Amino acid sequence: MTDYTLETEAGRRESLRRMLTIREFDTKAGQYFADGEIPGFVHLYIGEEAVAVGTCAALDPDDLISSTHRGHGHCIAKGLDTELMMAELFGKEDGYCNGKGGSMHIADVESGMLGANGIVGAGPPLATGAALSIDYQDRDQVALAFLGDGAVAQGQVHEAINLASTWDLPAIFLVENNRYGEATPVEKQHNLSQLSDTAQAYDIPGLTVDGMDVTAVAEAVKEARKRARAGDGPTLIEAETYRYRGHYEGDEQNYRTDEELEQWQERDAIDSFKRRLIDRGELTEDDFEEMQAAIEEAIADAIEYAQESEFPAPEEAYDDMFSESVPEIEAFAERIRTDGGSNGGDA
Amino acid sequence: MSTQESNTQNLTLVQAVRDGLKSEMERDDDVIVLGEDVGKNGGVFRATEGLYDAFGGDRVIDTPLAESGIIGTSIGMAAYGLRPVPEMQFSGFMYPAFDQLVSHAARLRTRSRGRFTCPMVVRAPYGGGIRAPEHHSESKEAIYTHEAGLKVVVPSTPYDTKGLLAAAIRDPDPVVFLEPKLIYRAFREDVPEEPYTVELGEAAVRREGEDLSVFTWGAMTRPTLEAAESAAEDGIDAEVIDLRTLSPMDTDAIVESFKKTGRAVVVHEAPKTGGLAGEITATIQTEALYYQEAPIARVTGFDVPYPLYALEDYYMPEDTRIEDAIRETYGA
Ligand SMILES: Cc1ncc(C[n+]2csc(CCOP(=O)(O)OP(=O)(O)O)c2C)c(N)n1
Ligand SMILES: [Mg+2]
Repeated sequence: MTDYTLETEAGRRESLRRMLTIREFDTKAGQYFADGEIPGFVHLYIGEEAVAVGTCAALDPDDLISSTHRGHGHCIAKGLDTELMMAELFGKEDGYCNGKGGSMHIADVESGMLGANGIVGAGPPLATGAALSIDYQDRDQVALAFLGDGAVAQGQVHEAINLASTWDLPAIFLVENNRYGEATPVEKQHNLSQLSDTAQAYDIPGLTVDGMDVTAVAEAVKEARKRARAGDGPTLIEAETYRYRGHYEGDEQNYRTDEELEQWQERDAIDSFKRRLIDRGELTEDDFEEMQAAIEEAIADAIEYAQESEFPAPEEAYDDMFSESVPEIEAFAERIRTDGGSNGGDA
Repeated sequence: MSTQESNTQNLTLVQAVRDGLKSEMERDDDVIVLGEDVGKNGGVFRATEGLYDAFGGDRVIDTPLAESGIIGTSIGMAAYGLRPVPEMQFSGFMYPAFDQLVSHAARLRTRSRGRFTCPMVVRAPYGGGIRAPEHHSESKEAIYTHEAGLKVVVPSTPYDTKGLLAAAIRDPDPVVFLEPKLIYRAFREDVPEEPYTVELGEAAVRREGEDLSVFTWGAMTRPTLEAAESAAEDGIDAEVIDLRTLSPMDTDAIVESFKKTGRAVVVHEAPKTGGLAGEITATIQTEALYYQEAPIARVTGFDVPYPLYALEDYYMPEDTRIEDAIRETYGA
């Protein structure tokens, strides 16, 4: 198994590799969206890589995460396959959800990825529920929910954290405070200057970490994991970070300045981590170039894989509606196969 | 009203939403717009652009990301003298607020024996056509029409949009105003600058015909008209009725048209099962059974979650599917 913790040299290199992979994946996703090959909406994770990678590096491979609409980074950090991810973004049948979910609905239970989510705030209850299962089945796992600063205002997020806290569940709530929910700055959404202060309401630990520092994120998650596994209940971690791209691709971004973006880019998480590894003698510029080249190739392969995959057949829309096939649905599907599906399966 | 006397502007449907909001806000200081990014940013679809500058942050309120809070707060505002117009960014994001809408907005009046009312308009872009799956594209009007106490409106033209929105805002009861985003910018129409209303609960005959009646609304109106024109080339004279308000539904218009033609096709992009086509068919059966000359056809979306991208073209009733149904119903 790949060594993927921030405590070993190999693990640190792997962490850097995953951060770079996220950036390359999302850079390409942005380009192919602009070209019209990727449908719907895409929300890119560029700039926030240290949060997903620091978090997942501190989790065990068996641990579970729930994700958000901005989920590509979480997927890659958790070890999902970039070819299957890209095919899903393209809406192709070889994707994680057979091309039926797209960017905002990638899920892979085997990797412990309970799902990206088109509904802001819907992830935390899933993590709380998974944590209850873990607890009940006495398994050595935790469930972690990623959520945005905007999501913290949602009612169901409060309900989820309150349940997890009341029942001392092995859950972690990781708030990615990237300063904005769409166009609205965090100060306009909350009356707290530190979102981690919300933890006080649940009497659980709440801490704010530098989300541009992969090690700081990992340390906080490691502690939270320990606490969760000891049966002491959830922790709320706020990681301060920034998204470099617009809220979605095509966002006019009239709500922020270039200077603000540049200030954050000066603290770029990948650059600083790379420099740290070089300073420690764990990486050379050549190693880095090599790593980058290999990643570019892997993502180019993912694009090719996605382009070559087929779109799902129309009748596949009826697949997986229920665990057992329903005769009526079968009949509709058959009709689509034979006549192309006129009249919504009717007459 | 006479359009000759007043000045008009040539607007898209989404511009007519904005113009309707603006003129109602000018008329009545109690009209307040609130929602996620509706203020400074002007809304995801730009439906509220310029309103913040025109009316200020007290009347165009950027809210936190909290649909239940937005609708719940609007209900409280409405019960105590204001006329809130909350926006849901997409109709698929209404569900976190569903309890507020169904358990409270819809029932405030009956529950309080008329002492409280809820003059609120929940606006939401709805329907398919933008290549995004599920919540971003679905048509769930039947959920709202099923709830007694909510009015449900779906405009299909810029002129109607402004007039229906004004009527909804002035209405004393809660209205769910679903804006077909597929045609937000699809075409323009002359819209009077002056405020005016288009009465709720009245269907519009978009094409008169003798041979059969096609009932539809929203974004499906245009492909239905195209299908009717194409069938007309073969001498099939279809009447096309745009229902505009789905609750309360203009059953008189439906029955009257059906009594004339004896044949009907219902077109909606929402899934078939439990969709309004079933309700319309049942209305015809009870009110005009003896005029019926052919089975009533439904052209609808499918009973699946709204699919992504490639399958969207299969999902949406397009003009050929509608035309096939018109021909079959005519020939039956
Ligand atoms: C229930 C719901 N309401 C609104 C939206 C539209 N929307 C998508 S992302 C987003 C902002 C989310 O902000 P935040 O939680 O801070 O996450 P970020 O995008 O910054 O990563 C909004 C309003 C949605 N997807 N779901
Ligand atoms: Mg945010």
